[in-house]
Amino acid sequence: MTVQSLYIWIPLLPLFAAAVVGLFGRKLSRASAHWLTILGVAAAFALSVCVFMDALQGNVFNGAVYTWLTSGGNSFEVGFLVDRLTATMMVVVTFVSLMVHIYTIGYMAEDPGYSRFFSYISLFTFSMLMLVMSNNFMQLFFGWEAVGLVSYLLIGFWFKRPTAVYANLKAFLVNRVGDFGFLLGIGMVLYYLGSLDYATAFSAAPQFANTQVELIPGHSWSLMTVICILLFIGAMGKSAQVPLHVWLPDSMEGPTPISALIHAATMVTAGIFMVARMSPLYELSTTALSFVLVIGAITALFMGFLGIIQHDIKRVVAYSTLSQLGYMTVALGVSAYSVAIFHLMTHAFFKALLFLGAGSVIMGMHHDQDMRNMGGLRKYMPVTWITSLIGSLALIGTPLFSGFYSKDSIIEAVSFSHIPGSGFAYFAVLAGVFVTAFYSFRMYFLVFHGKEKWMQAAEHDHHHDDAHDEHHHGLGPHDKPHESPWVVTVPLVLLAIPSVMIGYVVIDPMVFGDYFKGVIHIDYAQHGAMHELAHHFHGAWAMAVHGLTSLPFILAASGVVLAWFFYMKRPDIPAAIQARCGLIYRILDNKYGFDSFNEKFLAGGSRLLGSKLWQIGDVKLIDGLLVNGSARLVGLVAGLARRLQTGLVYHYAFAMIIGAFLLLTVFMKI
Amino acid sequence: MNDLPILSLSIWVPIVAGILVLCTGSDKNASSARWLALLGSIAGFAVTVPLYLGFDMQYGGFQFVERLTWIPAFNIDYHLGVDGIAVPLILLTSFTTVIVVIAGWEVIQKRVAQYMASFLIMSGIMIGVFAALDAILYYIFWEAMLIPMFLVIGVWGGPNRVYATIKFFLYTLLGSLLMLVAFIYLYHQSGTFEIAEYYRMPLALNVQIWIFIAFFLAFAVKIPMWPVHTWLPDAHVEAPTGGSVVLAAIALKLGGYSFLRFAMPITPDAAHYLSGFMITLSLIAVVYIALVALVQKDMKKLIAYSSISHMGFVTLGFFLFNPLGMEGAMVQMISHGFISSAMFLCVGVLYDRMHSRQIADYGGVANSMPIFTAFVVLFAMANSGLPGTSGFVGEFMVILGSIQVNFWYAFLAATTLITGAAYTLWMIKRVYYGEVANPQVAALKDINRREFFILGLLAILVLGFGIYPQPITEMTHATVNQLLDHLALSKLPPL
Repeated sequence: MTVQSLYIWIPLLPLFAAAVVGLFGRKLSRASAHWLTILGVAAAFALSVCVFMDALQGNVFNGAVYTWLTSGGNSFEVGFLVDRLTATMMVVVTFVSLMVHIYTIGYMAEDPGYSRFFSYISLFTFSMLMLVMSNNFMQLFFGWEAVGLVSYLLIGFWFKRPTAVYANLKAFLVNRVGDFGFLLGIGMVLYYLGSLDYATAFSAAPQFANTQVELIPGHSWSLMTVICILLFIGAMGKSAQVPLHVWLPDSMEGPTPISALIHAATMVTAGIFMVARMSPLYELSTTALSFVLVIGAITALFMGFLGIIQHDIKRVVAYSTLSQLGYMTVALGVSAYSVAIFHLMTHAFFKALLFLGAGSVIMGMHHDQDMRNMGGLRKYMPVTWITSLIGSLALIGTPLFSGFYSKDSIIEAVSFSHIPGSGFAYFAVLAGVFVTAFYSFRMYFLVFHGKEKWMQAAEHDHHHDDAHDEHHHGLGPHDKPHESPWVVTVPLVLLAIPSVMIGYVVIDPMVFGDYFKGVIHIDYAQHGAMHELAHHFHGAWAMAVHGLTSLPFILAASGVVLAWFFYMKRPDIPAAIQARCGLIYRILDNKYGFDSFNEKFLAGGSRLLGSKLWQIGDVKLIDGLLVNGSARLVGLVAGLARRLQTGLVYHYAFAMIIGAFLLLTVFMKI
Repeated sequence: MNDLPILSLSIWVPIVAGILVLCTGSDKNASSARWLALLGSIAGFAVTVPLYLGFDMQYGGFQFVERLTWIPAFNIDYHLGVDGIAVPLILLTSFTTVIVVIAGWEVIQKRVAQYMASFLIMSGIMIGVFAALDAILYYIFWEAMLIPMFLVIGVWGGPNRVYATIKFFLYTLLGSLLMLVAFIYLYHQSGTFEIAEYYRMPLALNVQIWIFIAFFLAFAVKIPMWPVHTWLPDAHVEAPTGGSVVLAAIALKLGGYSFLRFAMPITPDAAHYLSGFMITLSLIAVVYIALVALVQKDMKKLIAYSSISHMGFVTLGFFLFNPLGMEGAMVQMISHGFISSAMFLCVGVLYDRMHSRQIADYGGVANSMPIFTAFVVLFAMANSGLPGTSGFVGEFMVILGSIQVNFWYAFLAATTLITGAAYTLWMIKRVYYGEVANPQVAALKDINRREFFILGLLAILVLGFGIYPQPITEMTHATVNQLLDHLALSKLPPL
């Protein structure tokens, strides 16, 4: 049996599990629901590891499974492209998914929708695998929208809650705005490059490097810039880049395990993966890369700021995800694709860890998510505490931790880049380091250290989330937080290991070796940042040692110290700042006004336009004027015609003669 | 097998079955009327299956041809035949009839025999429209179809049914009369009513334009295209569920099909000449109607507007004059047949229980009807064009086809990704999600076996053609290619 014959089973096993549990969930016991799906995902993970090993040998597979459709000489296939990029993604996706499946047993234990939840996350694993394994744009779009569907279903998992069903509609629609651009990009690829197959399209692309298109008469643009920006609009939706980021914070309405799996580790990185996959196209347009770079830089810095003022533990992690996605996008912008994928991978581990840690805290607090009610939890939840600390250290880029290697590489790469926007981006990613450290350790100190605030909060009107039922509203007056069961803590530990180690181990081969040879294409002459970066790299250990004295580390350390000072030593200072800088606080509190703008102008505007078009166009003009108007006209004509019926014979005779004369004239001419 | 007149059977089996059902008489024999109707509809479906099995995919011309002289004085023949465009629509018709019979099973309690018979007879008539190769035969079927539909809405319809039926009838009749004038002109010029003869006949551009406009009015009303669409929401709102299903799934396709059968091949130069106009109207349907759908308060009206918006893709695809667009339009017609049927059946399920179609009367239906909600969400996603459902395929093809003509056509068409999802899912949110809105919703019973069966069947088809749409396009390839070749040649008479 060859490795190729395994490929099809990797996505199908989770799909089967999802289908069985989804269709027969009511008849299955809870245990069989979770065992079936866990088996499916575990098998997919094991097979992915086999495929990964095979890909490490340098084997690449590119082939069709079946022909989906043919039309007018175009053939749309469902097929797989398995190279090292795919194999890496497959391992990351199935591993995090497996961890989340196990974790869910503990987290959702009391939920009535238990088997439905397992069915959804298995379905998600299938969709995500189809997305990363695709060898063509069509299937990519399939996976792209399918993960969007599962995200919709899972954000609205607790469909009774108005906030959840608002958030899932919003997530779907904002993603659809991205997909709108993405689909047009795919259309342009098919039209100009002649195929939706990656290999064919990529090999055709260089001939079009200097092609101009005139979308608006009189303005010509480079074809590649248009295609790349359209495709990137899709990535902006899925990977939550400004201004299409608005759905991600609200997606926290979903249960925490999916926040970890979908809205941190895997689905939101689909955009990053897509751009890396399309590197042969993006390398042909510096303009598009600059666009990517600037959007990423804005997201990295400005979304980080919002993390500072959140009180909901999950929202802090959500904004940190947005900011980190911005970092990955920046890496793409400076043609450091391998670094972007590297950060995607390390981030998948430590961000999943942080989310699941936050979920464990939420469970310990009996589904209270407000950090103002926490404090001192390290005594009660030791495993959660240590693993969250590891996650935070990795996130802020502490040398030797995985996040350090990937994030520092991004910052370095930006500093070597010379494309337009790189100056701003360098400033943004540096400032972002400080902000990240500050909000991460603000959260860490508020949750695990300091006074145990849940005692006085027992009477408080909590902002509670994840309420399984009406009995869970945070800790009661005599409750104490408790450590979570082993199904929760074991995934935390298993995720903590790569969060520490993976960067040190893989940076050399993955980023600087020829790991992505033949997968990622860089035009070094124009975009030489990676070249410079490799030039300055002297091994993982040396990088860590050098990192201790570098600017990013100093910024991160001062962020941590400031967080400690503000929230442990002098908690009155943040309150004072908040009072003094009311305007800035309001801007941040309103999330720069994106939500209210969208709600008022886009959603409200469409509704207003729709009702005007209906009331004026359909009801008044078409029905009122044309339809009923012609009815009136008929009445009028009939009224006139009635007068013709005079009953006088000579009138009729006269009309007959005129008529016959007219008919004769007409027919004679023909 | 090949000796059997399959097309005649496809037309007359359901009509005869309908007459037999009528013979069961009053509602005392309702049960036998139902079973007879079910048998008749299944038999009607069974006789159309050989059209698919025996179809030669490589041949683009007419197959299963039957020809008998009918009115020799005017050269009118009983002339039937189908190509790759007609066969999928005929199968859709006979299949939908089975669904409609089952859907009306215990819902219709008054005049059961007449109700069932109307649908069976209508099915045969509509298959006649798709199969006729003689203009007069076609015209008779086309007009005859109005009568049972008129009765269905007028007898089993809602409170405002009289206004709706008259509007429906006048709108469609007005259009059809001009089509008859065009046929008489063509007969006058050629001496025959054979449609294939019209394809070969040279015509001057201004004549072509007049003929095209006459056809356009007839077909545009049926599809319906903006701005002659306002009869459809009213008709849907007043029609019983079965009527809405047939209206959306098949009646609208008569218009789309007829563009391919008449307007385009008979007057190809006019079709090219007016393609900008046709595309503009189609895009208005896609964009404008989607916004109108967004603000509807009545679920059926919302789905009716959604239908119009989706049919915009059909006409858009036709007038791109490329294979992706035209085959995409075909797929869109078939897929819309399944999805709109399902959407209307879902509203019917709720209406049967609550006797309201107002979105505001619902909320949190998912709590009391979880299985039903799972189906609804699937169909809603299909209606929003989610990949993996059949709703995606046609839109995807038409958007890809239109980008090859003009980027901005594709741009406007692709807004359906956003607006389609917005109006569909916003309705889902308000009706199905949230806390239980009122005691009536709390008391709702989930779908029964009969409802589960029909929704399940449609769900399988929607998913099946989403994952593997090739069977539909395979049938249409040869015919569409032949049609496009034909359209590329000018029919202007030599100067």
